[in-house]
Amino acid sequence: MLSWLPENISTYGGDIDSLMYHIYYITGVWFFLTYGVIIVFLLRYRRQEGQKAAYVRGDSLTQAGWLLVPLLIVLALDLWIDFQGSEVWAKIKIDAPSSDLLVGVTGKQFNWEIAYPGPDGKLGTADDLEMENELHVPVNKVVHVVLRSKDVIHSFFLPNLRLKQDVMPGRTIEAWFEATKPGRYPLPCAELCGFGHSGMEGSLIVHSLDEYEKWVQKNWPHKP
Amino acid sequence: MKDALNMKIESMTLTGTGIPSGKAGVWCFLASEITVFGGLIGSYLVVRLGSGGWPEAAAHLSFSLALFNTLVLLTSSMTMVLAFDAVEKGDSKKLRTFLFLTILLGLVFLGVKAFEYAGKLAHGFTPGTGVFWSFYYGMTGLHALHVLAGVIVNIILFMEALGNALKPNEHRVELAGLYWHFVDIVWIFLFPLLYLT
Amino acid sequence: MSNILGDVTQGTYHEEKGFWRTYVFSTDHKVIAKQYLALSLFWAVLGGFAAYLIRWQLAYPETAAPGASWIPEPFMYEGVVPPEFYNVLITMHGTIMVFFVAMPLLLAVFGNYLIPLMIGARDMAFPRLNMLSVWVFTLASLVLLISLFVPGGAASAGWTGYPPLSAKAIYTGVNWGMNLWIVAIALEFAAFLMGGINFLTTTLNMRAPGMTLFRLPLIVWMQITAGVVFMLSVGPLIAGAVMLLLDRVIGTTFYVPEGGGQPLLWQHLFWFFGHPEVYVILLPALGIILEILPVFSRKPIFGYRPIIYSTIVAGILSFIVWAHHQYVSGIDPRLAMPFSITTILISVPFALIVFALIATLWKGSISFPTPMLFALGTLGVFLIGGLTGIFVGSAPVDIYFHDTYFVVAHFHYTLFSAVFFGGFAGLYFWFPKMFGRMMNETLGKIHFVLTFILFNTTFFPMFFLGIGGMMRRIANPMQYEFLQPLQPINVFITGSAILLLISQGIFAINFFWSLFRGRIAGPNPWQANTLEWSTSSPPPHENFHKIPTVYRGPYEYSLPETAEDWLPQNQPELEEVKK
Repeated sequence: MLSWLPENISTYGGDIDSLMYHIYYITGVWFFLTYGVIIVFLLRYRRQEGQKAAYVRGDSLTQAGWLLVPLLIVLALDLWIDFQGSEVWAKIKIDAPSSDLLVGVTGKQFNWEIAYPGPDGKLGTADDLEMENELHVPVNKVVHVVLRSKDVIHSFFLPNLRLKQDVMPGRTIEAWFEATKPGRYPLPCAELCGFGHSGMEGSLIVHSLDEYEKWVQKNWPHKP
Repeated sequence: MKDALNMKIESMTLTGTGIPSGKAGVWCFLASEITVFGGLIGSYLVVRLGSGGWPEAAAHLSFSLALFNTLVLLTSSMTMVLAFDAVEKGDSKKLRTFLFLTILLGLVFLGVKAFEYAGKLAHGFTPGTGVFWSFYYGMTGLHALHVLAGVIVNIILFMEALGNALKPNEHRVELAGLYWHFVDIVWIFLFPLLYLT
Repeated sequence: MSNILGDVTQGTYHEEKGFWRTYVFSTDHKVIAKQYLALSLFWAVLGGFAAYLIRWQLAYPETAAPGASWIPEPFMYEGVVPPEFYNVLITMHGTIMVFFVAMPLLLAVFGNYLIPLMIGARDMAFPRLNMLSVWVFTLASLVLLISLFVPGGAASAGWTGYPPLSAKAIYTGVNWGMNLWIVAIALEFAAFLMGGINFLTTTLNMRAPGMTLFRLPLIVWMQITAGVVFMLSVGPLIAGAVMLLLDRVIGTTFYVPEGGGQPLLWQHLFWFFGHPEVYVILLPALGIILEILPVFSRKPIFGYRPIIYSTIVAGILSFIVWAHHQYVSGIDPRLAMPFSITTILISVPFALIVFALIATLWKGSISFPTPMLFALGTLGVFLIGGLTGIFVGSAPVDIYFHDTYFVVAHFHYTLFSAVFFGGFAGLYFWFPKMFGRMMNETLGKIHFVLTFILFNTTFFPMFFLGIGGMMRRIANPMQYEFLQPLQPINVFITGSAILLLISQGIFAINFFWSLFRGRIAGPNPWQANTLEWSTSSPPPHENFHKIPTVYRGPYEYSLPETAEDWLPQNQPELEEVKK
């Protein structure tokens, strides 16, 4: 079932995927267990002539054990999932590594405006380059994305990187990623943003290092 | 023994909490009202803590007018209690007097509020001036609507008291009182939040 | 006005009232329940039609939907859904199904009908407030209907109405449609607040002699817990809705960042209500299957008190999980983990209820009439909804699944199971009580089998779409290269969904046929214990000829001491047998 996932090309995507697989196996076992028990009960205890149901209220301690023991297993598994989840979450959202490249992405109805800082490495200076809907980054570099919005809420979604972050008007939100494979990947908007929401899509273009160098040379001919 | 118990059960008409239904209903209503104002006040605090420049905006409010209004509302709560006391003692003359005073004080509060709004609007502080003013008009406006509703309820009671139609429904004065005190308490929260900080 | 409390000791109160007072301006809780039933079924048809148009557009984008060419411009163009109208459709589908179908059906219909009957009261504590509630709800319905036709179009910011999209007309082009949408929702809340106050007060104060709190049928517990959860969670959203309306109408800046407001504030207020709201819908549905399972297993419910306690725990927990809808919305990332933990922990009380239901089947004597099939279907479908909730509850996994079809599939598995499987179970089960006639079993079973299979073929593939990365609320998946390989799934889902909608016609036929031609039911066709089965079907005005006295809990089936396998709550005999 999870083989429908798009190819993962980020450094942390594997952590999310393996967490997903763990939950998949746990819930899968529970699913077959409960369905199996229900079906067995329904067949075994279907109405039969002259057979009266047992009078079991489940209020004695031994009977309540049938609820409590599975419940404790559920609780233990819950905590295990939480524990794993918090490690992955901290890695992605809290302990971001320092950046090799800073890119500004601003959502507006219905395009992504991408701002590159240019040779000085700072956003908001004269040598910035602005492009629409094309996010060019080098492979194997930590990229920090500065997310803003000009009008309503959009959501910056890179399925292959397992990255999604809402962009909020009036706020600046930072996200980061490190892509591991060159290529062209989709960058849709995942939050309803108006009548043009469907079709609001950009591309992430991951270049190999020398290809990226060439792209920079081409776009900033004055680079020292 | 068993029979006696059964008889005792039969003799009771209904199983309940002992709190009159009307009162229980009003308490439920007030509980949800608390969450309405709680949500509003919570939003105010969150937005306020998240942005600067508020004391300057708040400095334009008139503290003395608000203090006067606070006293008006507190006094009206007292007259409401006295009205309830009069109902319990069956003193319909006093009841009418104190209900009338409560209504009057409610109207004074609303009048002062209207004066305050007019002054602010004249100085160009409209609800759209900034988020502080949005909250100022939003919170005090919603509260004023509650005061207005309370005044209307009290006027209805007053009319019934005039025609002695209130007699079988005296508990209504208590229920209206519960609501009136609630409106008063909300103001006790709004006053320092908007005017004192 | 009859003084309800005063009549209790004096037998039934009767008065001929004429058509208007009996069917339209009635204070009888049973009539009010039926009024809500009619309104919710009306809205279910509209919500279902919106679902059809949505599905058609997703499978065959920009082609004419069969049977929709009558809808005039500017809504649709000869059956083709334009993008603006697509957003209207998803907004209305969500709004209608949650606020105008689920809540009236599960709370107002079953709560109003059953609470007084089950606790042995003649009516609600405040019958006139009850009438006011249904009329405010009707007004809300009218406002929502009108909002579809005002110039500028209807609300199109999603049923969650996130600002700034919803806060300023320039972003959607929608002006009065959105304002009226807010007003309709606020009125609907007011109606259900009146209902909640009534449910709670009635259950606390109007119980028949001997009906202690721990002898109440579980559905009553579920209904009042849902009512309390609703009353305590909706306030902040009412405040939020007032602020949104003020932003739109008089230009305040609560949610507008240019004026210093915060768009995120709305999301907190909305989900502080929104998550408890899920349980407001779910608990009554669980209550329905908790009533049905013991009857058709001929066994007491397993763990009556533990179920009550976990319901209350789930109700409390539901207030501290709301930010799990906002993991990627820009909240402080450190907040996500506590909310993820509370969210996943909420599986514990619900797991207990599921285990208790399964244990109720153990050593039972199980028969399978239609209500039982739907009750088991609710359990089976809800289980998948609950288990997939663990995925989206886990914050890192939700980074990927948030706003994809995985979420859509997940909440349809929880909500559809509650509203439709649970709702049908309840309707098939209490139809004999409400209308005095049995529903047709054969049609009922066909309806169940089709609904169960087609529901799963409609919604299970949506998990694949979500895993494949398809975003929700997009009008045309073909616009995205990476989604084009998934398009056959969309076509398959649409086919299933259309068949699912059509198969509901069987229920409609069965309902109206049985209303006039069904077999006469008698007071207690299922041999059930609770008080509503002790009076005639349908019950007389004011419910009981003599207020019953209650001697025991509601689920005393198959006692070893008795020859019959059931023992009604109001039957005194057993005391004698035992001593």
